Amino acid sequence: MTNGAMKKQSLVERLQYIDRRIIFAFIAVAVIVPLLIGAQLKEKTTPIVQAMFDNVEGLPEGSRVLLSYDYGPTTAPEIQPMVDAMVRHCAERKCKMYMMAVWATGHNLTGETIEGVLRPDFPDLEYGVDFINLGYKAGNQGLIRLILVDFKTMYSTDANNIAIDDFPMMENITSLRNFDLIVSFGGGFPGIKEWIQFAGDPGNIPIGGGCTAVGAPNLYPYYPSQLVGLLGGAKGAAEYENALIIAYPKYEDYPMAGMSLMVSQTVAHIVIIFFIVFGNVLYFILRARGMTKEGLGGVR
Amino acid sequence: MTRRQLATYIFFGVVVILFAISVALKGFFVTFGAFLTLAIFSFLYDDNPYYKFAEHLFVGVSAAYWMCMGFWGTMVPNLFGRLYPPMVGPVIPALKDNPSDPFMLIPLILGIMLLMRLSSKAGWISRWALAFVVGTTAGLNLVRYLRSDFIQQISSTAMPLYVTNSAGFSLGETISNIVIFIGVMCGLIYFFFSKEHKGAFGAGARAGVIVLMITFGASFGYTVMARISLLVGRMQYLLDSWLGMIG
Repeated sequence: MTNGAMKKQSLVERLQYIDRRIIFAFIAVAVIVPLLIGAQLKEKTTPIVQAMFDNVEGLPEGSRVLLSYDYGPTTAPEIQPMVDAMVRHCAERKCKMYMMAVWATGHNLTGETIEGVLRPDFPDLEYGVDFINLGYKAGNQGLIRLILVDFKTMYSTDANNIAIDDFPMMENITSLRNFDLIVSFGGGFPGIKEWIQFAGDPGNIPIGGGCTAVGAPNLYPYYPSQLVGLLGGAKGAAEYENALIIAYPKYEDYPMAGMSLMVSQTVAHIVIIFFIVFGNVLYFILRARGMTKEGLGGVR
Repeated sequence: MTRRQLATYIFFGVVVILFAISVALKGFFVTFGAFLTLAIFSFLYDDNPYYKFAEHLFVGVSAAYWMCMGFWGTMVPNLFGRLYPPMVGPVIPALKDNPSDPFMLIPLILGIMLLMRLSSKAGWISRWALAFVVGTTAGLNLVRYLRSDFIQQISSTAMPLYVTNSAGFSLGETISNIVIFIGVMCGLIYFFFSKEHKGAFGAGARAGVIVLMITFGASFGYTVMARISLLVGRMQYLLDSWLGMIG
């Protein structure tokens, strides 16, 4: 392009080649500023999340809930808030919580819940009586298939290598059929889908789930016949927290991770929508002038 | 030394001093986590050695972590602990008095056969164990997919197109069921290639394309939400755990 041609470039033409790093900077500001302000955004609970909440709420005291940590640190920002809210809810309902992982990375995240939610907020709950950490076992869907018929073949000890029969809450647990509800938190493989296929459907056990936003569209078809409810991404977590606050007003002033996440999320979405609309407007202006650079792309 | 080189040295000197202060105030692991986060983010500007270092470290640590978890979490208690319990007694005392299970020799042998892959001469032996894994997985998945993803999903799609409940006619559920039914039908028509997409059949196929586009759009929207959530998670770490700027 000659110097003369460059001088003739209008603002609209120059914006066609906007540097992608400028867009990254806008997204960074959109995420950081709401975090610094510390605002929380309440989400209206949708029926699919409310169904999950109602299912836990309807469990009688002492019900057995299996919580499977099928995720890792890479997706923890999305999933950990829903796990914390669910565990808090189960503790309020005085359910027995059995934590396990079919992902190796889920093993350490069970400790996050125990140390971050149960120990500080429910000090009366006792390990081995009210909740237990069964840890990680390899085997993917094969593991689920096996514990559907024989639980203690795979789980002879807890995560701390203590004999499983030493814990009162493990009495009468012989298979997955002994659980009143199984909730899988994940979105990848193995995850909610495998729990439905290898435990929920063959064992006629209620399955609930909390998954990453990426995985949610593939799991919605299982609701309501094969899933009792589903929490999709950060929004699902915020909706569950909202349902928890409505049912248990003492959490009104409690810092909720999912709700905090949704403020940055909303602002970032607005910025993205702005850039999509902006880019299209530029495209149509340039097309009207017959100046589009097909094939060169707008963003570098 | 040029002015640009001097500016670069000053910049990195300041960064090193800041990280040294951070190590003193927040500890090594929090600071190192922040460094790795920033190293990965630096790829947004351009490829660089810091990004490469963080990326390779992640791959190496992940592989080692999965291997250790698999060994200590499954192989030791579930294989060695059942094959010869006294062997794991020093590590897991709870298992030392359990009865021995000679059938565990089978997975042990299959496991050793898989490791034969490391040998150029005996590598073919690993195919037998691999065939066992593939066959078992295929057999397990075939039955479960057929039941849960085929029969059960067809059953879930066959919903009443005129819904009534205790309050009478339910317009919302009726519309929802009709949309699902038409969406599934049109999607199936689009992927039916034994008949030319013309006339009413062609209209169904075009509607199927629209349904697919809406589905892809919804998936993309959810993907954006997921990625932003991860970004927020890292920002929370930097601003809260590292810098302590969030109250």
